[in-house]
Amino acid sequence: MIDWIRSLGASATSSVEGLGQLAVFGGELTTSLVKPPSRFGFFLRALYDAGVLSVALIALSGFTVGMVLGLQLYTTLSRFGAEEGLGAVVGLSLVRELGPVVCGLLVTGRAGSAVTAEVGSMKATEQLDGLRMMAINPIHFVAMPRALALAVAMPLLNALFIVFAIAGAFVIGVSNQGLDGGVYIAGLESAVRFADDVGQSLLKSLVFGMLLGLVATYKGYSCSPNAAGVARATTSTVVTASVAILLSDYIITALWGV
Amino acid sequence: MQLAFGHRPVYDGLECRMRKGEIHLLLGGSGTGKSTLLRMIGGLQRPDSGIVRVAGHDLAGLRERDLGEIRKGIGMLFQNGALLDSMTVLENVGLPLREHTKQSRVEIEERVSSVLSAVGLDDVQSLLPRELSGGMLRRVAFARAIVMEPEILLCDEPFSGLDPLNVTRIEDLLVRLNKELGLTVVVTSHHMASSLRMADQMILMRDRICVSGTPEELAGGDDEGVIEFLGEDGRSFLARLHEIRDHGNVGDGSSAGDLR
Amino acid sequence: MQSNASRDLVVGLFVLVGLGALAYLSLQVGGLEFGSQEKIVLRATFDDIGGLSARAPVRVAGVKIGQVSGISLDDDLRATVSMEIETGLDLSIDSSAAIRTAGLLGDQFIAVELGAEDESLQDGEEFSFTESALSIDKLVGRLVHDAGVSN
Repeated sequence: MIDWIRSLGASATSSVEGLGQLAVFGGELTTSLVKPPSRFGFFLRALYDAGVLSVALIALSGFTVGMVLGLQLYTTLSRFGAEEGLGAVVGLSLVRELGPVVCGLLVTGRAGSAVTAEVGSMKATEQLDGLRMMAINPIHFVAMPRALALAVAMPLLNALFIVFAIAGAFVIGVSNQGLDGGVYIAGLESAVRFADDVGQSLLKSLVFGMLLGLVATYKGYSCSPNAAGVARATTSTVVTASVAILLSDYIITALWGV
Repeated sequence: MQLAFGHRPVYDGLECRMRKGEIHLLLGGSGTGKSTLLRMIGGLQRPDSGIVRVAGHDLAGLRERDLGEIRKGIGMLFQNGALLDSMTVLENVGLPLREHTKQSRVEIEERVSSVLSAVGLDDVQSLLPRELSGGMLRRVAFARAIVMEPEILLCDEPFSGLDPLNVTRIEDLLVRLNKELGLTVVVTSHHMASSLRMADQMILMRDRICVSGTPEELAGGDDEGVIEFLGEDGRSFLARLHEIRDHGNVGDGSSAGDLR
Repeated sequence: MQSNASRDLVVGLFVLVGLGALAYLSLQVGGLEFGSQEKIVLRATFDDIGGLSARAPVRVAGVKIGQVSGISLDDDLRATVSMEIETGLDLSIDSSAAIRTAGLLGDQFIAVELGAEDESLQDGEEFSFTESALSIDKLVGRLVHDAGVSN
């Protein structure tokens, strides 16, 4: 019993300690955003890895999600004779929820895990220590450009995802099921508002991108320096970032006031 | 100084001093903490208790930024090179110059190619680390460690994986840097003959402590651990060392690194 | 850092396409407007606005000409609806505003029916004639009540 309580205490202490380290890391990451020299070249490279290489996945997934939405919602709506609401329902659900969340989870799996694996293997092969010995801060040199790239790529990928999904639902609803294209677009445009819906979507994807950037670089930076440690850290990034995205999604939605 | 990983103590009451301007050879079987000692001199790891002093600074009390200032005077060669694998050889070797000096691109390129040819490498500037062989990688990493002309050079197993020709080349380079620039060198090795030729001081690590002295002192001493590690051949080799050594002892310098 | 012209170009393209998608969502889908187009505000008072909500469209002959910008209760506890209307439409001062429903269950909107006078409504003026929302539940309620009475 005593042992059990002791192990509970130990795990509580270590998780608080972990949070503290994450906070310190986040603080250093933030201050290194403005510290010279700028790491623009590394940022571009990281943006290529996180953004450009995710475009195909995001476009394909967006289109597929749109097609599924079009099919499901059209069938459901037509039961109530409300097919013309398809554009509105598709638009609102995509812009407010599905876009940022699904895109966030996809980018976590595609790019976030890759960042952790890369930073982690740099740690395992002493590249981070090598930088420190050259008096170069690895958080500034390695983590910051990658975290920033994830935060910048996410809103852009989110917008792409939504546009492709709108197109996917259009293809099913209009070309396949025979809804009038004008009705679909008009419903979409009259239902979706910038201030409420697009703004919320942007905020969410930006927050998700920043969370992912923080988690992915921290997990790589703090992993144990061997192959197994890198593998564990990569898994941990996907799990932690996914949970963080879903939790913060609820919080933002609740605070925004639907 | 004490250090333990988990419940396994690595050092217990380790104490040694390294003098400025001398070449120190750190010997010991694997697992005796040679690399760890180097990492502690570089400030990458802290002892559980005790003091690591480098050039008069107690590393334990320093923050990362202040450590950075000290590290600008330290070059370190890691066991597997630790080159950045997304950057070319030129960018890797030139990185400390680009970060810490105001030299132009052309000046950096010139300096990098002169350092690279000193370690026997030409025409590798535009290659990525993964395109290099193990021995070339080691030599590129060596070039990066000395490109800033540090005062202290820490080399973790610099000779493993090198062919005899390049071992000699690196040895000569180390001795030359030591003679001409007063470079303080700490070299670890589990294989002593390869690097004995140049050592001013030998530090033998065993049983969580260390025994240090000039090669002659260690050869003539009666410490059982030393005798066991060196073996009869080693001792007789050491005894003949002054004959084959191609440079004399360097006089005592001021204290560069104290380890206690 | 190895500068790689073609990679930088692709990154630039990615950013452009992403911003394009963002602009499409904001401007076209989201209806974000910069440098506010001239608008006039008209008001109308209703006994019952039913399910009318802010940003519901205002239409003339089925064409959207503006949207509801605010709903409040006046001193007589009637609903005052203010709406932003495009300028230059010359809605005559005896036009009427009616709350209608798109389809049986659709969203509610304000339908403006034009009057005959030459003079037109100016910024800040109020519709003289209004028609409240016809709510389905009231209709159903009345139907059930009538059926009950006739039994």
